[in-house]
This record gives sequence, C-alpha cells and structure tokens, in this order.
Amino acid sequence: MKLIILNDYDQASEWAAKYIRNKILQFSPGPNKYFTLGLPTGSTPLGCYKKLIEYYKNGDLSFQYVKTFNMDEYVGLPRDHPESYHSFMWNNFFKHIDIKAENTHILDGNTADLQAECDSFEKKITAAGGIQLFVGGIGPDGHIAFNEPGSSLVSRTRVKTLAKDTIMANARFFDGDLSKVPTMALTVGVGTVMDAKEVMILITGAHKAFALYKAIEEGVNHMWTVSAFQQHPQTIFVCDEDATLELRVKTVKYFKGMMHVHNKLVESPPSEPKKN
Amino acid sequence: MPSNKSVSDAPITQFINCRILRDNELQREDLWVREGRILDPEKLFFDEQGYADKRVDCGGSIIAPGFIDVQINGGYGIDFSQASEDVSDGVSFVAKKILEHGVTSFCPTLVTSPPEVYHKVLPQVKVHDGGPHGAGVLGEVLQMLLLQTCLRKRSRCSGTRAPTAAENGVCFTSCKLPCAGFHLEGPFISAEKKGAHPEKYLRTFKSGGLEHLMEVYGSLDDVAIVTLAPELPGSQSVVRELSQRGITVSLGHSAADLSQAEEAVQQGASFITHLFNAMLPFHHRDPGIVGLLTSDRIPAGRVVYYGMIADGIHTNPAALRIAHRAHPSGLVLVTDAITAMGLPPGRHTLGQQVIEIQGLHAYVAGTKTLSGSIATMDMCVRHFKQVSGCSVQEALEAASLHPAQLLGISPKKGKLDYGSDADLVLLDEGLNVKATYISGEEVWRKGQ
Repeated sequence: MKLIILNDYDQASEWAAKYIRNKILQFSPGPNKYFTLGLPTGSTPLGCYKKLIEYYKNGDLSFQYVKTFNMDEYVGLPRDHPESYHSFMWNNFFKHIDIKAENTHILDGNTADLQAECDSFEKKITAAGGIQLFVGGIGPDGHIAFNEPGSSLVSRTRVKTLAKDTIMANARFFDGDLSKVPTMALTVGVGTVMDAKEVMILITGAHKAFALYKAIEEGVNHMWTVSAFQQHPQTIFVCDEDATLELRVKTVKYFKGMMHVHNKLVESPPSEPKKN
Repeated sequence: MPSNKSVSDAPITQFINCRILRDNELQREDLWVREGRILDPEKLFFDEQGYADKRVDCGGSIIAPGFIDVQINGGYGIDFSQASEDVSDGVSFVAKKILEHGVTSFCPTLVTSPPEVYHKVLPQVKVHDGGPHGAGVLGEVLQMLLLQTCLRKRSRCSGTRAPTAAENGVCFTSCKLPCAGFHLEGPFISAEKKGAHPEKYLRTFKSGGLEHLMEVYGSLDDVAIVTLAPELPGSQSVVRELSQRGITVSLGHSAADLSQAEEAVQQGASFITHLFNAMLPFHHRDPGIVGLLTSDRIPAGRVVYYGMIADGIHTNPAALRIAHRAHPSGLVLVTDAITAMGLPPGRHTLGQQVIEIQGLHAYVAGTKTLSGSIATMDMCVRHFKQVSGCSVQEALEAASLHPAQLLGISPKKGKLDYGSDADLVLLDEGLNVKATYISGEEVWRKGQ
C-alpha cells in the first residue's frame, strides 16, 4: 500500500487528480486502446473532479479515449432526479469534459431485472479489458461503494440493501427526509474492485479517520470492507491530515517520510517537443 | 431505459461561455438547442449518447429569454392602427426591426379606432411564430398553449376545425381558437382618462355584451389582450366572457375605484395597462386601480400583472420603485411604443391623431399630453434596473417571464427551461443587446 498524506482536502484532491492524469497520459490511450477508469460519487471526490476538469480545459488531458465505470447507483430513483448518481456524474464531471457518452457506464437502477443489469455490467468491464485504475472512497463504516459491513470480500456487482447508517448519512441530500432516501442500490462488489489493476482510495476528513484506521492498521475484515485492499498488489490511499487522526504516529511518520518518493508520481509530465 | 439514439436527427447547437437566466438566477451553464427548443443535455448524453454539432461561443454574454412586448402601437413609421391595405407588411416590418431590441414576441396594439379600422386591420394579420423574418406575433403560440385550456373545455370549443392529432394530451392541429395576437386598447374606455385616444370613437358597452364587441371589432380571432374600463356599465359580463375565451382582460384608461377594479379581477381581469398613466392617482382612502397591487381580494392562485413604461418619462422613478417594491412579481415592462419609435424628431401619425417628437418625449401635437413612448424595450430594461436597483435577473424577468406568465404562454415562452422555445437574447454586462435568436436561429447580431 502507498499511503499519501496531504495537508488538507484541496491538496489531497489535487494530488489524486494529478495521479490520475499521469496514469492516463502514461498509458497513451488511443482508438484501439482505451484507458478504463472506475469512478466514485459523493462529496470526497468533488475536488478531484474539479481538478481533472481543469486539466482538460488547459489542454493537458483528454478523455476522448477513456472509458469509465461508476461504482454504484440507487435503485428506483429516476435517472434525472438531482440526487441520482447519473445526475451527479453529469453535473460534476461529464458535462465539463470531452468524454463520449457511449464510453461511460453507470448501473441502471430502474431496470426490471436488477441482477441481470449487474451481470451485464460485469461483462462490460471484462469486454473493456478490465479496469486500469479504480478510484473509490470510504464510508464512515469502512464500506467501499455500497459494500456495507458484512459484505463478502469476494462479492461481485449486485443489489444491496443500504445500512441504516448509510441512509442517515444520505438523508441530507433528500431534504433531511428519511422516507425519501432510497433503501437499495446496485453496487460493484469488493471482488469487482479487487480485479482492477490498481486501486486508489480517497479519504478526507476527521469523520473518516476511524474507518481508515480499521482499514489499514487492523486485519482484513468483512465488517470494514475497504480492508480487503490490503490484499491487492497496487493500492494507494490518498488522505488529508484529519483522516489520519486515528492512526499510529509511527504509521503516519513512515509514510510521510516517503512523500518525496511518492511525489514523483504526480510530477507534470515532460512536454514532448513536437516532431515535424 | 437508456434508449437508442435518434430521438431526432436534427442538428444540436451548444451555447458555451455564457450565463443563462434560469430558475430566477443567472447560472454559469451551457445552453443546448435542438429543433428550435431548449434541450436537456443530460438526457441527450445518457439517452441518446448525443453531443453538439455546433458550438457558439458567447464571450461571457448573458442569455435571457427573448423579450415580449405586450403593448406596442407601431414604430419606424408604421402605425398599427392605420387602416392601410398592407397592415401585414407593416407588422412584419416592425417585427423585424424590434429584433434589435431583443424582442422576439409582441402584441401589435391598436388604440381606440372606429369599427372600420378594426374590421380592416385585424383580419390582415394572422398570428405567427417568429423567425428570421421577425418577431412572432403572439397568437399561434398562444393557440398551442391555449389548446391545453381548450382540451379542458372541449364541449365549448368554438374552433373552426375539430382537433384531430394529439400529442402528450395536447392537440397540435391548428385549431383556430378565438384568442391570440393583438392588444386592443379601447374603444371601451373612460372619456375622462382617454389620454391620447380620440374621444369621438370611444364607446360604452351595449346590452348583449360580447356580441356588441364582435360588431365593433369584427373578430376576436388573433386577439390576445383587450384593455377596457371596468366602471363602464355592463363591463362585468364582458370581462367574464372575454376571460373565458382565453383573452387577457386589462384595466386601463379608466377612472375606476378599487372595488370596481377588484370586481373586474374577480371576473377574470389580470392585467393593468400602463400603471399610473390614464387612471385615478393613488389615494390613501381609495387607491383606485393602483390598489390592485396590494389588494387582498384577488382570487387565490391568481396574479394581477401590471404594465410599466420604464422610459424615465411616463413614470417618475420613485413611483416605479413603489410599484416594484409593492408587487415585484407582477411587473411587466412594456414600451407602448408609437409610430415614431426609431424615427427622427418631427410630426407623425398615431391612430386618428398627429403627434410630435421632442427629444425622448412624444406629445399629442399642440399639447403636453404624452402620446406614447419611443423608448425601446432594451432601453426600458436598462432604465428599470438602474432606477429600481433590482437585480439583473429581475430586470430581465420583467421583460420576458412576467409577460409570458401574463399571457399564459410560459414556460413555452419567457423561460429557458428544457422544452421552452429557444427565443433568446444575448446581452452584455450593461444589458445591451448583442444578438437575438428565434427558435435557436440567429436573427440579428450587433454590427451586422
């Protein structure tokens, strides 16, 4: 695991965005070689999305040959509802960049056969050649996507009933009315994310600190599903100071000491002289 | 549910680098247009995997819904109240010129005239949508939306053709509903408050209400608004019948007191013609028509709109502010522009009278009675914003959203909602018109 600790939310967002940018540029995507990116929703990745949009607007990054797969979507929420994850991705990311609609994939929570939709999503990932980089967040209860505590660590894309904690946490987006919050969601499984070549988890804020502690300093445990990534060969956790509040001083010092090495991963790519 | 492509093959235009007036605020959003209507880009993206064919860089401009002028008597030498042989040409000429002021829809206004004039003028202009030829004469549009009203009262449909096709529950065959287009200001107005209207053609209501109106006007097809004085005996049934036909009834050129005005509102009147002008002044024990702005006897769910000529001449800025603060959501900017608008100083004809231009003032020749305004709509918007201190969004809504709501054609007109007609005006920071679009097509650009 790489644990990247930045001072605050903005710096963490920028670091993560630069990392994604560099990964895409190094991959050199083209019409026959798409870069596949797994994407999260929620308040944590907003800063990262803003930065990526900035890089696109500056001409440093294109999403023309990038395929995206979102982690989850609510069941039964109309697609154009302002709180659906489709709306979130459109408003916060897709509408500002040059990605083609046919290259974006978000689970459809309004189909008649939900499990078939999940199976089809898995097939689409496979057909795209698997995911190069899966970006995710972490819930206060340590969940990744909607893999609530108790989810199998080898699970695949499926329908999940949301935990009470999650519903309460989401109520703020539905006028504080618990009855309006969806109770089910479609989500990629822990196993689905584990299949990705590389996994990057964004964790910011003191309220996530305990979950981060459980995820990286305790054992692999299906009650804290993010802990599964201890067994992934390429995991990177990007966090701010507040998120480290429950970690051992020793852990924090160790990884902070490596920042000069890790920061090389986000250096601006050398601009190629144009060949005639 | 994400469906195949091809809801339509029509080209899609994306206006970028702009601020749009939506949801009562200026938002930094792109505006998407297809087939003359505002398009929902999120639906386009997810349902059709579609994208823009053409991008228009607005250079930071403000995009507002096209302005709607519900009281305009003519301009550029054209007088709508003149019974000429080529009224249609005249209306079209003005329609084209006022695109420069950001006006994309208007109600050609006829002042008090003898029946011969109405009989000659009204049939010559069939209301139509706007286009590169000029602003739309509100009518067909009104038809489309009033067809929704029509469906509710199908049994009383007096259209000339039975509606056949239905789309989303609204009939779109061009059933000629008897309501749309012209603003008939008079002749059923008060002699005491005639203003510049010729006294000899004023009339009172005879028994038989609406039939008498039909005799005078000849036809109520293509009529959007009628201004009348509610204190005239017999007005109540006329107001009621006109309102039921979907014609907006406006109170003006009247010496009515507040209770007479409220009675008219209860019968269906919903507009006040140029507030303060040609009516009793506000009095603290009988506010008159002006009192409608804060009346508590307006039926629930109804709004009384009021026209204001914000040219700096017809209304003192302090009075404009009082009205605006008392009832901001009802304020409708109108030009009440006369023949001379757009022309150099001198003498010109209005209805059956001669008027004289002096600077920005237009008087009944030989008097100091104001004859109408020669300010343009965009001038009115700027002036209104400046003297009222209101926001850009409020100033723009007074010229677009409110008139559309008054005529019941919102959100098709007067808004930039998904599905609204793409009648647009591009403005700079100072609210000067840079370009005008009708149904998504550019119809005027500054400097060309």
